Amino acid sequence: MRVLRCADSGLLVELDDLDAVQALYAALSSSLPEGVTDLVPAARTLLLRLDPTRADPAEVERAVRSTRPGRNPRRSGGLVRVPVVYDGEDLAEVAKLTGLSEREVVQEHTSSEWTVAFGGFAPGFGYLSGGSPKLEVPRRSESRTRVPVGSVGLAGEFSGIYPRESPGGWQLIGRTDLEIWRVDRDPPALLRPGVRVRFEEVG
Amino acid sequence: MLEVLETGPLATVQDLGRPGLADIGVGVSGAADRGSLRLANRLLGNDEGAAAIEVTFGGLAVRAGRDLTIAVTGAPCPVTVDGRGEGANAVLRVAAGEEVRLGAPPCGLRSYLAVRGGIDVEPVLGSRSTDVMAGIGPAALRVGDTLPVGPAPAAFPVVDLAPVAPPPEDLVLDVVPGPREDWFTGEALEVLLTSVYEVTTESNRVGMRLDGPALTRSRSDELPSEGMVAGALQVPPASKPTLFLADHPVTGGYPVIAVVTSADVDRAAQARPGQRVRFRRAQDRSAKR
Repeated sequence: MRVLRCADSGLLVELDDLDAVQALYAALSSSLPEGVTDLVPAARTLLLRLDPTRADPAEVERAVRSTRPGRNPRRSGGLVRVPVVYDGEDLAEVAKLTGLSEREVVQEHTSSEWTVAFGGFAPGFGYLSGGSPKLEVPRRSESRTRVPVGSVGLAGEFSGIYPRESPGGWQLIGRTDLEIWRVDRDPPALLRPGVRVRFEEVG
Repeated sequence: MLEVLETGPLATVQDLGRPGLADIGVGVSGAADRGSLRLANRLLGNDEGAAAIEVTFGGLAVRAGRDLTIAVTGAPCPVTVDGRGEGANAVLRVAAGEEVRLGAPPCGLRSYLAVRGGIDVEPVLGSRSTDVMAGIGPAALRVGDTLPVGPAPAAFPVVDLAPVAPPPEDLVLDVVPGPREDWFTGEALEVLLTSVYEVTTESNRVGMRLDGPALTRSRSDELPSEGMVAGALQVPPASKPTLFLADHPVTGGYPVIAVVTSADVDRAAQARPGQRVRFRRAQDRSAKR
């Protein structure tokens, strides 16, 4: 574990892998150290945002270092079923990159259970991990300026669903009508860290 | 209530934002200069986090629907009430039907028009702030909008005027090196701390883009996206830093060479395009304890 300071506004904790991030996130979210306002889990790091009027970074760092990693929050956040039409613009490219047929790409995507590891790209966006390793593909070399809402994509070891229209560089394999982000719903995001996801082919 | 007659370049409703939602991708947002918002609310006896209008480079005009008590803080723009010249950082009475106008500030960028009782638009996810990047919260103000004003708080204003120095012409911001200082060459931090940067026109509530000497990286591999704080100086491959402000993205994929201290993020939010900015190493306050 490496703890890096972000002035008086945050501590960036660098960890070995996603599992370690998840475990520390789980432990800290059940009891936030004094003055910590936000936890931002990512692929290799967990950022603790601080309220500089209440938090002493040195105290918070001590609290983090003495925290015992929690139970992995994976599989603890309920299951969301996502109906997908697999007609994405990059489906053929993903098939080529993975050496699978388009049918096999769909089968791999729907056969395993994914888990929301973290968010951060946009409100309601979840980085889904734990899928088939056969589906690991790089981002597109050129980012699209407009990705339609509901697009289902792949990038690296992750899958994700665009919560609203936005620019994006993920390989698009399909689309869903499921509203994964609605600001007037409680909670507004269906895909929160720890939630499990099953993609189901429709249409 | 307040009726919006003119908006200037950009006017939005802002409070202290929505902390605690970062894990679902929602940033804090809120007033870019939080200290000025707090001061305006303290002058009026409001809760410090009551919502006010953040006015970018003046140009706002509103008509009072009823007798109101207001205060203007932040960038020191000229204030008139039905043509009468009034002062900034002061408690002002506005009668029903009178027009309040904010002119262009001679220095600074963002002014706050607060009303006793607070701007009472519907909160979104617990805050009345407009997050221009995430598209959450009320839309930017438009001519013809009417803004409800909340009930006056029990507390009364205890002072008429707050002494506030105007924003300086040459801005010096305190930074703390890191968290990704080690992704840059040994000289990069020295370059940052000894050079003059200029605020470019590509600056907004998300961040302030700076022009000046490049900060050269020592590694070219990709940084996995990680959480960001306001004040972070993120350096994209073009090597000119961006200083993150209130509506910055929750995560970012470029290394952060240094972070502006929280107190100085407010001062950074008052820098205007073309203005010069220098960075200096903050005294380590924790070492003095």
